[in-house]
Amino acid sequence: MSALRDIQRFLYRRPGVTRLLVVIALLLFWEAAARWWVDPMFLSPPSKVFSSLDSVFNTRGVPKALQITFYELAVAFVLSVVIGMVVGLAVGLSRFSHRSFMPIILLLYGTPQITILPLFILYFGIGPPSKIAFGVSHGIFPIIVTIVAGVQNIKPILMTAARSMGASRWQIFRWVIFPHMIPSFFAGMRLGMTGVLLGVLLAELYVSTAGIGYFTTLFTQNFDPTKLLGLISILAAMAIILNEIVRRAEVYFGRWRTD
Amino acid sequence: MSAVSRERRSKLASRAIQVGFLAALLALWYLGTTFWGISPLLLPNPVRVWAELKDVIATGEFLPDLKVTLGELVVAFAISSSSGITLGYLISRSPYLIRVFEPLVAGMYSVPIILFLPLYVLFFGLGPGSKIALGATISFFPIVLNTIAGFGYVEKIFVTAARSMGASDYQMFRYVLLPAAFPVILTGLRIGFTITLLAILGSETIASLAGLGHRIVHLAEAMETARMFAYIAFVVAIAATLNTITSSIERRAKRQ
Repeated sequence: MSALRDIQRFLYRRPGVTRLLVVIALLLFWEAAARWWVDPMFLSPPSKVFSSLDSVFNTRGVPKALQITFYELAVAFVLSVVIGMVVGLAVGLSRFSHRSFMPIILLLYGTPQITILPLFILYFGIGPPSKIAFGVSHGIFPIIVTIVAGVQNIKPILMTAARSMGASRWQIFRWVIFPHMIPSFFAGMRLGMTGVLLGVLLAELYVSTAGIGYFTTLFTQNFDPTKLLGLISILAAMAIILNEIVRRAEVYFGRWRTD
Repeated sequence: MSAVSRERRSKLASRAIQVGFLAALLALWYLGTTFWGISPLLLPNPVRVWAELKDVIATGEFLPDLKVTLGELVVAFAISSSSGITLGYLISRSPYLIRVFEPLVAGMYSVPIILFLPLYVLFFGLGPGSKIALGATISFFPIVLNTIAGFGYVEKIFVTAARSMGASDYQMFRYVLLPAAFPVILTGLRIGFTITLLAILGSETIASLAGLGHRIVHLAEAMETARMFAYIAFVVAIAATLNTITSSIERRAKRQ
């Protein structure tokens, strides 16, 4: 009885351990469901999925497909950041251009771009360029919006102070605006990464000849849930790692701010 | 006085730029397709798109697809909002449960759930089932997280005050917790609604038998670009309307 109470107290003090137990319980439930209740044509147990991860890698074309998808993600992300940053600064730094162009940007941000996915295929073909373009179309708007918000949120007193002490436009940019932009820049990068992942994966799933989308379709049509789940796990891990890198960078570069 | 008029002039100039920008875009589109020989397969003439749009609406051809898409949207959103709010409320009842589950839910939220679409197609088939499942899964997470944030972080002093004045459990819920949590939950519901719509259009585009997304893809594959543009405009208008309605509901409810 007291041992039980000890365990209870132990878990109560460590939510992390309880969380781990919850995850293990979920995995066990999945394992049991796949083993005894669900048709193996549709679901396979996690033990089998993890033990056959290497057979996914050994499927001809899969490593190449992962490489292609990663390449699409990287290029789309870099393009989104560069273009988003330039547009965000251009729109955010002047009140006039902000008032003129921000509504247009918000309008575009609000439209469901998925409806024009077939157009991207029509213009850019079924290879990587269409995935990159679609990824950029998803990643660029959150970056622009966050950068604009970051530039606009600079306290006017700092700008006035710098100007009254005779700072040039460049000096104001370098020493006032730039340091204040860093947190919003990384917040924008994180949102942009989420958008790029969504855009590239959507386009991949829609049509693909060599990327990840091709293999998810192949495994689905072959009723091979083991490999499908394996591939999805690899991609999910990839997404989590990419998100986490950007999130860590955000925390790291924003730490000088105390307010 | 002059500052005010300068302000007004600058505002007018902004409007002019916005209108001019859109007009220039339309003009370029028209000129490019009429005189400069852009292939109508890639970019149809705006006049033809307009005619097609009128035809689509006049013949009511869009109705069956719209019904399918909206039906999926309603069911998916009903599932995710009811289960999300219930689960979020249950978790938010204890700070310990919040500490256990909130990072877990937030972690799952960062996985691009669109990846599950092939799996759902395998489970639920090409019909509405897989779209509903994807829409419900995607919107479940922001709704849970916002419900936890809403109920879980009510200012302690309000709770203590109400309790010390002898509020019953029901009174506590009705007059303290719910009003405090409501705006935050509404934000979660709005985000959830927007991405449900996105997920459903997306999954219809990728693999489906009916629905607006399916129709657009079908027209793209038939190379009927003008009609596809008309449908895209139609869907964008519907999405914009739905999003405007949900945001205005959110804003009105928050004001109270």
